[in-house]
Amino acid sequence: MSLISAKDLTIGFSDLVLYRDLSFEINEGDYVFVIGENGTGKTTLMRTLLGLRKPLKGEVVTDGLKLSEIGYLPQQTIVQRDFPASVKEIVLSGFVGRLGINPFYSAAQKKKALDAMKRFGVENLASRCYRELSGGQQQRVLLARTLCAATKVLLMDEPVAGLDPFVTEEFYGLVEKLNREGMTIIMISHDIAAAKKYASHILHIKNDPSFTEKKEYFASGKGNEFSIVREKGEA
Amino acid sequence: MQILIEYMSYPFVRYAVIVGVLIAFCSSLLGVTLVLKRMSYIGDGLSHVAFGALAVASVLKLSNNMLIILPVTVLAAVILLAFGKNAAIKGDAAIAMLSVGALAFGYLLLNVFSSSANLAGDVCSTLFGSTSILTLKRSEVILCLILSIIVVCVFVLFYNKIFAVTFDETFAKASGVRTGLYNLLIAVIIAVIIVLAMNLVGSLLISALVIFPAMASMRVFKSFKAVTVSSAVFSVFCALAGMIISMMTGTPVGATIVACDAVMFGVFCVIGAVRQ
Repeated sequence: MSLISAKDLTIGFSDLVLYRDLSFEINEGDYVFVIGENGTGKTTLMRTLLGLRKPLKGEVVTDGLKLSEIGYLPQQTIVQRDFPASVKEIVLSGFVGRLGINPFYSAAQKKKALDAMKRFGVENLASRCYRELSGGQQQRVLLARTLCAATKVLLMDEPVAGLDPFVTEEFYGLVEKLNREGMTIIMISHDIAAAKKYASHILHIKNDPSFTEKKEYFASGKGNEFSIVREKGEA
Repeated sequence: MQILIEYMSYPFVRYAVIVGVLIAFCSSLLGVTLVLKRMSYIGDGLSHVAFGALAVASVLKLSNNMLIILPVTVLAAVILLAFGKNAAIKGDAAIAMLSVGALAFGYLLLNVFSSSANLAGDVCSTLFGSTSILTLKRSEVILCLILSIIVVCVFVLFYNKIFAVTFDETFAKASGVRTGLYNLLIAVIIAVIIVLAMNLVGSLLISALVIFPAMASMRVFKSFKAVTVSSAVFSVFCALAGMIISMMTGTPVGATIVACDAVMFGVFCVIGAVRQ
């Protein structure tokens, strides 16, 4: 049974249709790379999958998947750059969706937050201020927070943007490990090399979007063309 | 010192000190959220609306003008928040129009209908706070006390949610938090605080009471909790210092408090710089 399925989605804004009739099914344990040029509606699609905005047409079906089982790692905002909060406070805020009417976090949640920090190697930064961390450290903190929110699916919006190659590789390693443990990953990225290495499926967003298995994608004309353009552009 | 003790023996001075401390405490709590959510403008806009409402209340000669000011300001907070969200209407321009419009109409109303002999003095004290805090009635002190307790309780109970919504609204929303509701809650609390604070520093200086403690504490402390606690202590200290100085030297109380805030902000800047 699929975890998230899109049926005939038309995505866009009231006066601009980005693409029409996109259908796909994401199964448990998939590692999906969402690729495509800037402005093609990758983030908009992700927000639609999360239910943060309504599609112009079609629907997103999440079978038995609760909102509190999905973790979302949005792009960093300007506000966060000078935010006075400790790493611990931020990671703990991953549980905010599960507070319900409780005003405070439980001891079990605090313990889990600590585990998440340990897992991503930021527990020694627990009382440090978020804005003083390096880009890579910040992203690991946000990943730890997302892990507190997610039990089944992680959606990430360009998580490696602005990170150096070494830190990027490290980050992909952490995500891959999560995926091996059964977490479903949906990641927006421009990193075609990483898609080749890690993805199980590729969701290519352009005028005619496609959702294919990785092998099939890179064998197709579209995948080839896109990766050549990418690699040339980066060289 | 002698003067101070003598002053404290008057009940209206004691009322003023109690109310001043409460207002300073409440207004500092949401400062960090306001500054970081780029919502400082809402505070500023609301204070002008509150002035307009006060003008209407005094023209109508109500015995307790809070009855008009509070609901009008809360309503304005809700409207301003909706404007701020809506990018189609230029949010900040709409707020500027609303707040300046309220200010103008307020002054106009007072001019046309006022029977007071000292109109300029009345307007000045509403804008900059001077005397009104010393004329508080017992019932007003109690109302202020109740509102302060409500503000503090709401803040403590929703602290974690307010933090999450401030730090990353998209994430909070995707986790199932009703962010719209909390934004509304924040706006309503701000409205209540502004109405309270109008008694202390007047409507033009309110923003200072909200923003200075947060900005100063953000320079020195590194966690949200520490910044919040520091803001509260900073604000209460400055309010007390300002009130004492103004009693001793006869300076206007609102302006003196804000001046203390500004000076302490400078001190915190230096501390922050040294720490780095």
